[in-house]
Amino acid sequence: MTPSSPVLPEAAEAVLPTPGRLTDAVLEDVVTWRRRVDAASRRPVLAYVLSGVVWLVVGTGFALLASFKLDEPDWLGQTAALTFGRVRPAHLAAMVYGWLSMVDIGIMIWLWGRLLKTEVRHTGVLLASCALWNVGMVIGIIGLLAGASTGVEWVEMPVASFVCIVPALGLVAFSMLASLRRRRVQHLYISVWYLGACMLWTPILLVAVLLPIYSGVPHATVNWWFAHNILGLWLTPIGLASAYYFIPKVVGRPVYSYHLSYLGFWTLALFYNWAGVHHLVGGPAPQWLVTVSITFSVMMIIPVLVVAVNHHMTAFSRIRRVVYSPTLRFVVFGAMSYTAVSLQGALMPFRSLMEVTHFTHYTIAHSHLGMYAFGTMIAFGSVYYILPRVTGWEWASRRLIALHFWTTGLGIGMYVVGMTIGGVIEGRMMNDASIPFLDIVAATKPWLWSRSVAGVLMTVGHLTFAYLVWQIVRHRGPAPTGPVYFRTPPAGVFGQGDGGPVDSSALL
Amino acid sequence: MLTRPALLFLGAFAAILMSFTALALVPKLQLTAIEPTPGTEELFGAQVRGREIYIREGCIYCHTQQVRPPGYGGDIARGWGPRGSLPGDYVYDRPHLLGTMRTGPDLRDIASRQPSSAWHYAHFYNPRSVSPGSIMPPFPWLFTTVEVGPGGAPADAVALPPGFAPPGRAVIPTEEAEALVAYLMTLKLEPLADPTATE
Repeated sequence: MTPSSPVLPEAAEAVLPTPGRLTDAVLEDVVTWRRRVDAASRRPVLAYVLSGVVWLVVGTGFALLASFKLDEPDWLGQTAALTFGRVRPAHLAAMVYGWLSMVDIGIMIWLWGRLLKTEVRHTGVLLASCALWNVGMVIGIIGLLAGASTGVEWVEMPVASFVCIVPALGLVAFSMLASLRRRRVQHLYISVWYLGACMLWTPILLVAVLLPIYSGVPHATVNWWFAHNILGLWLTPIGLASAYYFIPKVVGRPVYSYHLSYLGFWTLALFYNWAGVHHLVGGPAPQWLVTVSITFSVMMIIPVLVVAVNHHMTAFSRIRRVVYSPTLRFVVFGAMSYTAVSLQGALMPFRSLMEVTHFTHYTIAHSHLGMYAFGTMIAFGSVYYILPRVTGWEWASRRLIALHFWTTGLGIGMYVVGMTIGGVIEGRMMNDASIPFLDIVAATKPWLWSRSVAGVLMTVGHLTFAYLVWQIVRHRGPAPTGPVYFRTPPAGVFGQGDGGPVDSSALL
Repeated sequence: MLTRPALLFLGAFAAILMSFTALALVPKLQLTAIEPTPGTEELFGAQVRGREIYIREGCIYCHTQQVRPPGYGGDIARGWGPRGSLPGDYVYDRPHLLGTMRTGPDLRDIASRQPSSAWHYAHFYNPRSVSPGSIMPPFPWLFTTVEVGPGGAPADAVALPPGFAPPGRAVIPTEEAEALVAYLMTLKLEPLADPTATE
């Protein structure tokens, strides 16, 4: 397999008559349109990213509460609003719909302008959508703590909050369509496909699951069709779009095989949305339905391997750069986690494995590998790239970025390993009917403690990140002299070598 | 090279429409004809209220309501039900409460396994009063307390081991605790005369 024709995220074609060496004049041109596009998206990007970070901190608080409550069940046990069964859905809602959805929309808006080489249109509409979304989140979180859960996993927030969120998504789509119509590129880069498609899928998903027409077992199938797809068709496409943009960007090499990326997109679009019902293996759902879901889950190996080849082969060509670039380090961590979580997901649904792992903490480990090690880490990396460009300032401290990386990286590693082992132990004991249930509880306790410790580590990382974001947005600290790296790269590592715009921090 | 976004949107729309039809609409149509299994009845009164409290307190995050079939896992051997769950057991469930986690045991047949409301009251007030080592949260807001007079605790006081009730006070279930127990008592799985009949 040979790498196809060089396609960088923003192919130089529209600027250069023929792709070739960058002259000073062309470079200035590139710098100018990028600055203009970045400036246009500044306010909505900041609004969404800052909102996301606030919900990250809120969701982290709920996570710690929920985790410690399984260790010490009587801690804060007198307060109804803080009981495990209310804090846990509040954690999920704050993280999925608050943090990851909102920061991803911020990233998406910025990428959209860059990839279409045009200013983002209707920024006022985008700001209104952000406000509306936040209103929905506040209603949702307060509703959950007050006990107004709908009882449907992944859409627990009261319907009123989705009555805000779905129209907010519509407003974002409206602005993105307007920008799309005024694009200044011929070719639509692969990231545009993922972003465009997920903006179509997500409102459909939400409306479909909220329809009040289901009960009993069909309600369970539509529930898990939805829950799996909110990761697969909403957060995954944005994560992959980001990785497809930032890896080639920072590495300064085209995507390894651009043709493969078409295959990756369409196989994801066709296979992923069938996979969710494997959550009902061994339950009362019709067997054919579960079998279909297992089949498609396994077929997900194709898009996963395609994306893995493309991301990893592109990154590994200059993998040394993870030593220096925070963006690349976080994004490569996320891309590798995507490969891991998806291969695990493709093998997990087999009935014989599910017999042990279903209903246990193993599943929780798997979902955090997806939502956090993949989705959240790529979002962190993207924010490290985007914020200097929309704020015109630099990150306050390379040491704090390093602290953020290591606490979250080690934290999620410890989380996933501990809960996976604990889950397998739990599942094996559960299938042996001679073991009393409370012995199983006792056996999982040490692993639940390890989760709490991991959670504390990740909390340190999140607070550090929130502090850094606040500093850069407020233009705190000494005026920046250049991009912040983990350590100073030798001359020539980032710059304009190899005939292409390399690290665009050089082009800021 | 893809230059026409309309193609992309059409393809993406077709993809999601197919899976929604197959995984959501077809099961809905296929299962609307399903008869409720014997013993599956519509809830009423306090049972409905109890189910709302079950949802409100998030019981679903640690308890499933589905018994695995024979030969798959150890549910039946554990005494969690006489048979595997069937679609007909859930025809009146809205929303469904099948659950995905067993941090605590399955509850689909809890009424057969633990029919004592006294046990459930003590367990809700503080699970460790009857299940030492349990990590279930306490639900004291489903109870009130009254001062224990010279005549002793009232007749409806929850029987708790020493040290669990507030000193000098008796714990009385509220309507909410009663409703929750009323709901749990509906979670009963009847064996089928011919287990293959509704397969």
